[in-house]
Amino acid sequence: MLQIRDLSKNYEDLKVLDQINLDIESNKTTVIIGPSGSGKTTLLRCLNLLAVPDIGEIDLNGIHLSFLVNQPIQKKRILDFRKKTGMVFQSFNLFSHRTVIENIIEGPVTVLKKKKSEAMEDGMALLKKVGLEEKANQYPRQLSGGQQQRVAIARALAMKPEVLLFDEPTSALDPELEIEVLEIIRKLAKEHYTIVIVTHKMGFAKEVGDKIIFLENGKILSQGSYSELYNSGNERISRFLNTLQ
Amino acid sequence: MFNERVLNILQESFFKILIPGITYTIPLTLVSFAFGLLLAITVALIQVSNVRVLTPIVKFYVWVIRGTPLLVQIFIIFYGLPSAGIVLNALLAAVIAFSLNVGAYASETLRAAILSVPLGQIEAGYSLGMNYFQVLHRIILPQAFKVSVPPLFNSFIGLVKDTSLAANITVTEMFMVTQRIAAKTFEPLALYCEVAVIYLLFCTVLSKIQHMAEKSLKLEQG
Repeated sequence: MLQIRDLSKNYEDLKVLDQINLDIESNKTTVIIGPSGSGKTTLLRCLNLLAVPDIGEIDLNGIHLSFLVNQPIQKKRILDFRKKTGMVFQSFNLFSHRTVIENIIEGPVTVLKKKKSEAMEDGMALLKKVGLEEKANQYPRQLSGGQQQRVAIARALAMKPEVLLFDEPTSALDPELEIEVLEIIRKLAKEHYTIVIVTHKMGFAKEVGDKIIFLENGKILSQGSYSELYNSGNERISRFLNTLQ
Repeated sequence: MFNERVLNILQESFFKILIPGITYTIPLTLVSFAFGLLLAITVALIQVSNVRVLTPIVKFYVWVIRGTPLLVQIFIIFYGLPSAGIVLNALLAAVIAFSLNVGAYASETLRAAILSVPLGQIEAGYSLGMNYFQVLHRIILPQAFKVSVPPLFNSFIGLVKDTSLAANITVTEMFMVTQRIAAKTFEPLALYCEVAVIYLLFCTVLSKIQHMAEKSLKLEQG
């Protein structure tokens, strides 16, 4: 379980996240939706500390971090926390100087100090899982966007994270390529990975989301299953859900 | 103007000029560039990592070297420092001056290359739990190195020609030797053109090496 308590984040005078309280259940898929600028991506980035919250608490299966203003958290604790989370970026961010398989074993070898042979074996299994084992020795630039994102998912999985974070994983892709990435995420959801996904794809949110979080102006406006949100009677939310149907 | 006498002079002087090129110009370039590059890497890393006391010092160094003429720097080191009790032989003074000069310019090249690595690459490294040094070593530097190859060759080729300034402090490199022959034979046009051609030959070889290096790094493919 990933618990977030009273988490706030400001960028100078702008309140991006305002006292967020949230329980992300293990083995479930949580979808974060909301209009642009609502703080979705910042919230996700706070969950692996690429953005460090100003105040609040985060607890991931017993690893507890408290954030206080003017009390920077130890770097070692940030790194240890990040090892437990996997991030998939909107723009893939595969290491451009490394082949596909090198991208995947980078974390296990450099960070987890795994043996290269062992990491290679695991990496090839992951590539098979995302259907790209024949691309192992190609460079990211030789792949389509959809294929790159699938490799990025395998790279995140290679760290055996306790929670997988997806930041608008398909918004840089053509509709055609989008399908293959959504297919993988769907598969992971069925395998009961703990997933948090920021997306604008309402159909997909409805399909895979065990819980939907609606964020606006840095606050959680509503949370629950899709039908709970849809039937909540909150006009703002129904309108948002309808426009993006 | 290219009568038989001039052609004879050119022929006789060719090896007289080429040999100091091989024994002075090339080693002077290679040694100065090697030290300069080491210095540049250190300076660039200090700048991007923002080390408390060192960053202002290296910034000052880059400011001074880039803001003063190389010839003046050479004169300060060879003719000036003895007044402060530091007497260096001409070759050593030249190596120090050229290394300091390359170090300042190449450090800016490397700094720009490091800054050109997209933030997404760095964040991807951090998201895997890497620390700063792992990200620097595994992600930033390999990518920055590739980007910096063409401009570093620029500095390298520039240095080949700059070594001619060492003639001013009694280093008997190619240009100094050419000046002597020109003074003896009264054929400055032919001889200075001849040494220019030899510099051009050296730099052509370097351009070829650059081309091969870029090819093996697959730079064309971006």
